[in-house]
Amino acid sequence: MIADELVQERIQIPLAAEALSEERTAYLEELASNAKTAAAVLTQFSQEDVDRIVKAMVLAGLGQAQPLARLAVEETRLGVMEDKVIKNMVATEFVYNYIKDKRTVGVIREFPERNLVEMAEPIGVIFSITPITNPTSTVLFKCLMAAKTRNAVIFSPHPNAWRCCSEAVKVMYETALKHGAPDGIFSCLASHTLQDNAYLMRHKDVGLIDATGGPGAVKAAYSSGKPALGVGAGNTPVYLEKSADLSTAVTDIILSKTFDNGTICASEQTLVIDDEIYEVVLKKFAELGTHICNASDAELLARAVIDPKTGFMQPMAVGQKASDIARFAGLSVKPGTKLLIAPIQGVGREHPLSVEKLFPVLAVYRAKSVDEALRVCVDVNHAGGLGHTAVIFSRNDEIIRKFGEVINAGRILVNSPGSVGAVGGVYNDLPPTFSFGCGTGGGNSTTDNVNIYHYLNIKRVARRTQAHMWFRVPSQIYFNWNAVENVHQFPSRSTIIVTSPSMEQFGHLDIVRRYIPEGTRVHVSVIPDAEPEIKVVTQGVEALNFYKADQIIALGGGSVIDAAKIMKLKYESPDADLEELAAPFLDLRKRVIQYPTEKIKRARLIAISTTSGTGSEVTPFAVLTDKARGRKVTLADYSLTPDVAIVDPQFVMSMPEGLTADTGIDCLTHALEAAVSSYASPYTDANAMHALRLAFNYLPIAYEQPRDEEARAMMHNAACIAAMAFANASVGVNHALAHAFGARFGVAHGRANALMLPHVIAYNAAVPTKFLPSPYQKGYIAHKKYAMIADLLGLGGQTINEKVNRLVAAIEQLLDRLDFPRSIADLGISPDEFERALPDLTRLAFDDPSWRSNPRMPLISELDDLFWKAYKGRGLAKCAAVSQPNTSQQQLA
Amino acid sequence: MCGRVSTEHIAATTCVTDGTQGMEMIAAWLKIDEESFVEALQETRERLANVGAEVALDFCSVRRIDANAIRTLEGLAGAADDRGAKVVLRGVDVAVYRVLKLVKLAARFSFVN
Repeated sequence: MIADELVQERIQIPLAAEALSEERTAYLEELASNAKTAAAVLTQFSQEDVDRIVKAMVLAGLGQAQPLARLAVEETRLGVMEDKVIKNMVATEFVYNYIKDKRTVGVIREFPERNLVEMAEPIGVIFSITPITNPTSTVLFKCLMAAKTRNAVIFSPHPNAWRCCSEAVKVMYETALKHGAPDGIFSCLASHTLQDNAYLMRHKDVGLIDATGGPGAVKAAYSSGKPALGVGAGNTPVYLEKSADLSTAVTDIILSKTFDNGTICASEQTLVIDDEIYEVVLKKFAELGTHICNASDAELLARAVIDPKTGFMQPMAVGQKASDIARFAGLSVKPGTKLLIAPIQGVGREHPLSVEKLFPVLAVYRAKSVDEALRVCVDVNHAGGLGHTAVIFSRNDEIIRKFGEVINAGRILVNSPGSVGAVGGVYNDLPPTFSFGCGTGGGNSTTDNVNIYHYLNIKRVARRTQAHMWFRVPSQIYFNWNAVENVHQFPSRSTIIVTSPSMEQFGHLDIVRRYIPEGTRVHVSVIPDAEPEIKVVTQGVEALNFYKADQIIALGGGSVIDAAKIMKLKYESPDADLEELAAPFLDLRKRVIQYPTEKIKRARLIAISTTSGTGSEVTPFAVLTDKARGRKVTLADYSLTPDVAIVDPQFVMSMPEGLTADTGIDCLTHALEAAVSSYASPYTDANAMHALRLAFNYLPIAYEQPRDEEARAMMHNAACIAAMAFANASVGVNHALAHAFGARFGVAHGRANALMLPHVIAYNAAVPTKFLPSPYQKGYIAHKKYAMIADLLGLGGQTINEKVNRLVAAIEQLLDRLDFPRSIADLGISPDEFERALPDLTRLAFDDPSWRSNPRMPLISELDDLFWKAYKGRGLAKCAAVSQPNTSQQQLA
Repeated sequence: MCGRVSTEHIAATTCVTDGTQGMEMIAAWLKIDEESFVEALQETRERLANVGAEVALDFCSVRRIDANAIRTLEGLAGAADDRGAKVVLRGVDVAVYRVLKLVKLAARFSFVN
């Protein structure tokens, strides 16, 4: 029996370094300085350099496996020499096998699909505490990890394992030096004290503390303020479930629990056996040299090996043979007994043997059911074993899964021995280790088998990802005069036409009905000419369900088409929660809420636009009014995009002039905002630019000469083309302001846009106060885009500023020509009323998702400023003369 | 430093001095190579007393330094401090520069390309 040295493992290392003699301080400083220099020199070593050194060290360690094991047993008087040889071999050969092909210098891993490269950065100097239980194997293991990762280590072995550990360090150090490693790569504290440890744990040149040992050392490491790997005690439950291969299980448990006399902290501590197999399992244990204790034996044993005051194992029992422990406890056992099994009736202080026992004594519990067995395992797990290791023997996947779920252990080993299994590389593919991370349950920073990656800083070189972009529009768009005839080509058993009263009055409804194939059951759902309300959508869905519609034709302006989009959504996916789907998002592709993809019914949506503005027939957006809560709900998802769009100018010939102007400016704003959007792409630019040219040239004509068919057709196309641009590039802050203002003061959307437009262009063209992160765009280019638009429109100007000013002037001139109010004040809103509304307006505008793609990230104060500018309506560049065509003929000329 | 230092590359450990009468600064340019690193630096240290204000060491051919080299550089830095001299390292490979940073030596020298 050994003395109480092991108690030192539980002694708290002083948290503050006590005063050391000058001589001692100088000694420790020299160790640290040498290690720091070695670590610095190592940064220049190549992968080939370190691999050559590591291989030589492995061979040296293998060659010294037996002498070091013998020395460890002689010095510590713990464990089994033969097993320690195996440990030393695992610490070298198995570790080498795991690390030899792994890169630890320069680029260590590449993820081309993620544009990501990982590079290794050594830690520098590691201060390492090693235990008494696995002394030389832990040193060999840590030396190899450090050399492989180009770090220097100062070792502080357990005082009662100092001689064997320093010898192991010497073997590794001399070999490393011989193969090119720098002086000072490994060193070992000579006759250290706890004060030495405390001093080095706080030393400025120590980059990491790797404490493998008792709770005291681990706690001190974590309390030092330094990054630490502190791994320590466990209490491994092992569940032997009735479906298991019992012979394998019994053999594995015996070999594991007796390996090095149970000194590996991952070894089994309490065996929980199903009632049905309890007797037969114990019989097998007995046949293989296990003494099964009766109640009286168990009591004697508990008294001998567990300290009644602390409830922990007696240090003197650690790593001792079963027969010696039995003799000490006063038990009569057969010669050659290798393991003592003692029944317990529960877990906790009243059941002393349920704690960690680093010697060949195993508690056993008879469980009446799987649930009871799992409960007891959880109890053991929580009695000092959180985060460490657990074992299950079973062939029942469901029980194995459940065990994995309820047990908190970094290593959950299935059908394999605990101690040798947890070490890794022998029975499984875990990284070979002599440091078991126990996670937060064990007060550790990792649950891993500590390995080379814990000795590295991993730098991630992340290249800019080329964001995937898209251009999504309806698969079929029919345009030009009488495009509505194409309705005929879509077969349907039951069609619902969603439309508004004015469509009936203008005779548009009859035109559409004319082209619906014969034999189609048609129902018309007339909804108000206003942004759809929830109840309108609900009624529409009821109609769709009643008529079992397979086709919806939306005939109308943006409101009608939006209503039809939402009806289709709710018809196909009745469980879709509109409130949830309207949740805010920053990036469409990363949004939290996903639109339903499973649909219980399908209906084709044909959108026939009867205004030239919103372009809702090709967009993935829909706006719903929630009157009950006084707000609008904006839905955005490509699943909302109509299947077919029909852009037939005959339906816009009857648009009144005010609507022509309002929707026309909406179209212009869509194109302008899409052009400078941070989501803009060559595809959206092409659409935006052409739409701008069309709108600029034909909107005044369509407004002033509403019967001009060419102008009407071109404006109808412009609206659709601009919508294709903003359907994919989105809009910007102009829309955010207009949405807030329009909703608060009941101003038509196009009109609200017009009030903001000149100010927003000037704002976006100025150097942003704040940029909005956008992987889609390289650099700030809004001002250049505006200048490009000015060039496209032939507005002249030499510099970018001049061109932007001319664009603003041209827009102001257009707005004048369309007889728009030029300020919010012109609408009769008093300054007081406006000022009172302003906080709400800016809040709503800032919440609006429209500006997420704006080239400038608006600050609240800037939104406030823009609103005031719109209120005052100060013209920016009215002096610039821009000539606009007066007729389609002129334009064509 | 321009104009005060020979622009020629000179064989290892060769020291060129500008002995202009009445000038306070005397510059030297030494080309350092890995084989004779320690010796060259020791020689430089010995000459510091004579050289005075500034010594430029050409590190262009130094790709790696070891613990001995670091210790020698520490000694040189100490000697330069004692004598109020300035040691300029030219063409230091960034991997070597990083080693000097790690051992807190970089701040004690000047670096030029």
